Amino acid sequence: MAKIFLEMRLIAGALGIAFVMAMAIPAVAQQPSSVNPNAAAVKEQQLLQQFKMIQGLGTIPDVKSYVLEHPAGREWREYRMVTLKWIAGIAILGILALLTLYYVTHGAMPIKAGRSGRKIQRFNAFERFVHWLTGVTFVILGLTGLNITFGRSLILPWMGPSTFSEWTEWGKFVHNYISFAFTIGVVLMFFLWVGRNLPTKADVEWFKTGGGMFGGEEPPAHKFNGGEKLIFWLSMFGGAGIAVTGFVLLFPFYGTNITSMELAQVAHSTIAVLYIAAMFVHFYMGTIGVEGAFEAMNDGTVDVNWAKERHLLWYEEEMREGAAQGGAVQQPAE
Amino acid sequence: MARMKFLCDADRCIECNACVTACKNEHEVPWGINRRRVVTLNDGKPGERSVSMACMHCTDAPCAAVCPVNCFYTTADAVVLHSKDLCIGCGYCFYACPFGAPQYPKIGNFGSRGKMDKCTFCAGGPETDNSREEYEKYGANRLAEGKLPLCAEMCSTKSLLAGDGDVIAQIYKERVARRGYGSGAWGWQTAYRESIAT
Repeated sequence: MAKIFLEMRLIAGALGIAFVMAMAIPAVAQQPSSVNPNAAAVKEQQLLQQFKMIQGLGTIPDVKSYVLEHPAGREWREYRMVTLKWIAGIAILGILALLTLYYVTHGAMPIKAGRSGRKIQRFNAFERFVHWLTGVTFVILGLTGLNITFGRSLILPWMGPSTFSEWTEWGKFVHNYISFAFTIGVVLMFFLWVGRNLPTKADVEWFKTGGGMFGGEEPPAHKFNGGEKLIFWLSMFGGAGIAVTGFVLLFPFYGTNITSMELAQVAHSTIAVLYIAAMFVHFYMGTIGVEGAFEAMNDGTVDVNWAKERHLLWYEEEMREGAAQGGAVQQPAE
Repeated sequence: MARMKFLCDADRCIECNACVTACKNEHEVPWGINRRRVVTLNDGKPGERSVSMACMHCTDAPCAAVCPVNCFYTTADAVVLHSKDLCIGCGYCFYACPFGAPQYPKIGNFGSRGKMDKCTFCAGGPETDNSREEYEKYGANRLAEGKLPLCAEMCSTKSLLAGDGDVIAQIYKERVARRGYGSGAWGWQTAYRESIAT
């Protein structure tokens, strides 16, 4: 009896299960048409259109890796490979072409009265040290920087891959460490010369006549003429811009994300190539462009006639001071 | 020759990180470097999806384009590889990469990132296949042994597919047709300028 009961229970159980399953199957079969498990799911194209960047959560400490997709990298690539090269090419080659054209048509600006043979101190030893600290580091930074942009197409083909990589890696380290010296140079230069570089009425006059660069007399100027002040302020703003963006690049992802790192690189390289182009004007004026100008940063003195022609107001000022102190012009106080 | 690609079926990924673990173990990837990672979108909310991401071995790869020393090359299987001997650790490939694939052994202050490391599609580097030098610099070269990337092989739900682009696209299409939905091949539009209709 007990056995029959057990069998009946089994049969009833089996029937019950079969019944439940028979009821359930149509429900399961109907599900895809009623529920789309993907309806609420995040969609790639939608996220990209909305945020330009797809960001989520990860399980590793590196927060940068939580950015899943960042197609804007392609815009940065376009800037680095195309736009920057055009900006740099036009700015630097353009300035060089203009300077060459000017030199060919106008030549160097001579000391019209000829050399007097008497010298006057223009920059003391500290000023010259600061100038050359900034200048030498600027040239090294410029060359190693341009190498990152143009080296691959201009230098790599004849240097070969391993030598070029070696030189570029050294260049990178030199660029990164020497930047501190350059920054110190710019800061010192600011405090050293800012007082004498504030715009004055004389500068307006100077720019109106083109500084005597296109014929006519150069209007009287103080220690720095309008053009020199322009170079000073370009160096200050260029130097500040390049230093700030450079330090952002030097300490990657400290409070920055991938977008701000790209922007820092864009700003850094754009300012850099424009700065380099502007400095070519300074190199030209300081060397072959103006007779007797280079010695001001070499031994620190200039010819008295040069001073009278280029910086009359400064010369007169020095004369007054010299007279007040009872010193002679020929033997500067240094 | 095949055109190697990755495809992560986000509707299947359960964020188990087996792919990440498999990759780290297979290639003895150092601490701090993740050639592959899983990112979860909308974590804890309806519609949450996880995507396993590594180098997608892009067509016209941005990393290769921006590299100042031209250290990248593309193999016959369309796998994007690089030479650690030439890499100067400038970090530019990371800025250009749409997928955050390039990794560096050091933090990068003062430009000291070290040599870049990234997913090789288990295809090693420029050294002789399966040589000691290749293993030490780039990890295992499974492709040279006729095997596919271990991350996809290890995937617990077969969400991550690796192999010839046409083959894995076909597998994914059939899958989508059978189950009736699919959120698409993540990253394909960005990496290959093509997508799989779902």
